[in-house]
Amino acid sequence: MKESFVSIADCSKEDILHLIKQATLFEKNPNQPVLEGKVCATLFFEPSTRTRLSFETAVNRLGGRVIGFSDASTTSSSKGETLKDTIKMVSNYADVIIMRHYLEGAARYASEITDIPIINAGDGANQHPSQTMLDLYSIYKTQGRLDNLIITMVGDLKYGRTVHSLLNGMSHFNPTFHFVAPEELRLPDIYKQFLDEKKIAYFEHTDFSPEVINQSDILYMTRVQRERFTDLMEYEKVKNSYILTNEMLDNSKPNLRVLHPLPRVNEIAYDVDDNPKAYYFEQAKNGLYARQAIICNVLGINKKIKI
Amino acid sequence: MAKKKELQVAALENGTVIDHIPNDQLFKVVSLLGIKKSTTPVTIGYGLDSKKMGKKGIIKIADKFFKADEIDRISLIAPSSQLNIIRDYEVVEKKIVELPDELVGIVKCNNPKCITNNEPMKTRFQVIDKDNITLKCEYCEMKTKKEDVIIQ
Repeated sequence: MKESFVSIADCSKEDILHLIKQATLFEKNPNQPVLEGKVCATLFFEPSTRTRLSFETAVNRLGGRVIGFSDASTTSSSKGETLKDTIKMVSNYADVIIMRHYLEGAARYASEITDIPIINAGDGANQHPSQTMLDLYSIYKTQGRLDNLIITMVGDLKYGRTVHSLLNGMSHFNPTFHFVAPEELRLPDIYKQFLDEKKIAYFEHTDFSPEVINQSDILYMTRVQRERFTDLMEYEKVKNSYILTNEMLDNSKPNLRVLHPLPRVNEIAYDVDDNPKAYYFEQAKNGLYARQAIICNVLGINKKIKI
Repeated sequence: MAKKKELQVAALENGTVIDHIPNDQLFKVVSLLGIKKSTTPVTIGYGLDSKKMGKKGIIKIADKFFKADEIDRISLIAPSSQLNIIRDYEVVEKKIVELPDELVGIVKCNNPKCITNNEPMKTRFQVIDKDNITLKCEYCEMKTKKEDVIIQ
């Protein structure tokens, strides 16, 4: 049966734990021929080199073949072909489609019009579930569990798609959240309502203070982007208030790890990179194993994976 | 002396009566159902007395029987109005117009970057709050509140 991977909200607690387990196996044995004879299409209607390379590496290391494009301007969609027609056409060739699109809901729609599984590699500002899986895998790996953790999210909580999806993914595991953001980029009410419904505790701060850092297990940093501000005076005022420097970690818990979806600009000072609590580069590497797990899961090949 | 009972609107031989329409929504329902283009007789009653609602609206359309998606449209602007289906002067079926769990091809998504506004396809909304009318686009996942609902 076809099973697409479109939104983290579709994943149950069991689905998430299963994918984490599979990712652990792939981390032990990243090169194994379980996708031999399979053709995976990577359709990037919007360029995203980091995500595309991660997915394509995942396929290549598992012995599968990749077809696709990295920029829609070279394809018929620039001539006005509908998404439906492109998906229908590629479905004739490939066993799975990994797609990134600039429009929201594109992956859900694609999953409705084809019989082969769709993996959403980002649909506009909506979802990017493989990023969420690698975030969850990174949290699990560094903490040894997902349950009952204190997670602090810093920066742009209003537009940050990774933040919203991570809230959803973590909601199965009884977390406590601290949200640190400037007034203009606070977490939108709909996500707070979601947390209220799930009876998840959260606290909001505008101050990025040591008190918050020192009680956290995970510090999830995001970029505060200039273009997100309607009031540039406000941006100038706050832009340096959400920067993590090495000494801010001095009294943090020993198990604290700093995560960031990357790319980083200046929100994490470079002196943090050498701190053993900095985890963002390994986090990106975990994306490979998480994506190997996702691809095999949608293709229903779990049994052949070497332990 | 007994009070003379007066029929406020003439009876219908075959067709549909939409009763208990909130008075202020009456003309919206009229335009939504495209009654201007009706080829059969239509009676529209405005400001009629109602025990339940004070004032109500009513629409009687001869030889017209609504399809499910037309009823869904009515449900968005006049929920809890009542549909009476008449055959040979008898009411053969009564339905309370209720908002369904899902609306297909009826409401426009307000997100310009939603796939439904960029592909030749039907919209699909989940009704997440029937009382206050809150919809969620099944594609871009954006929520639409009652006051922002645009019917296609």
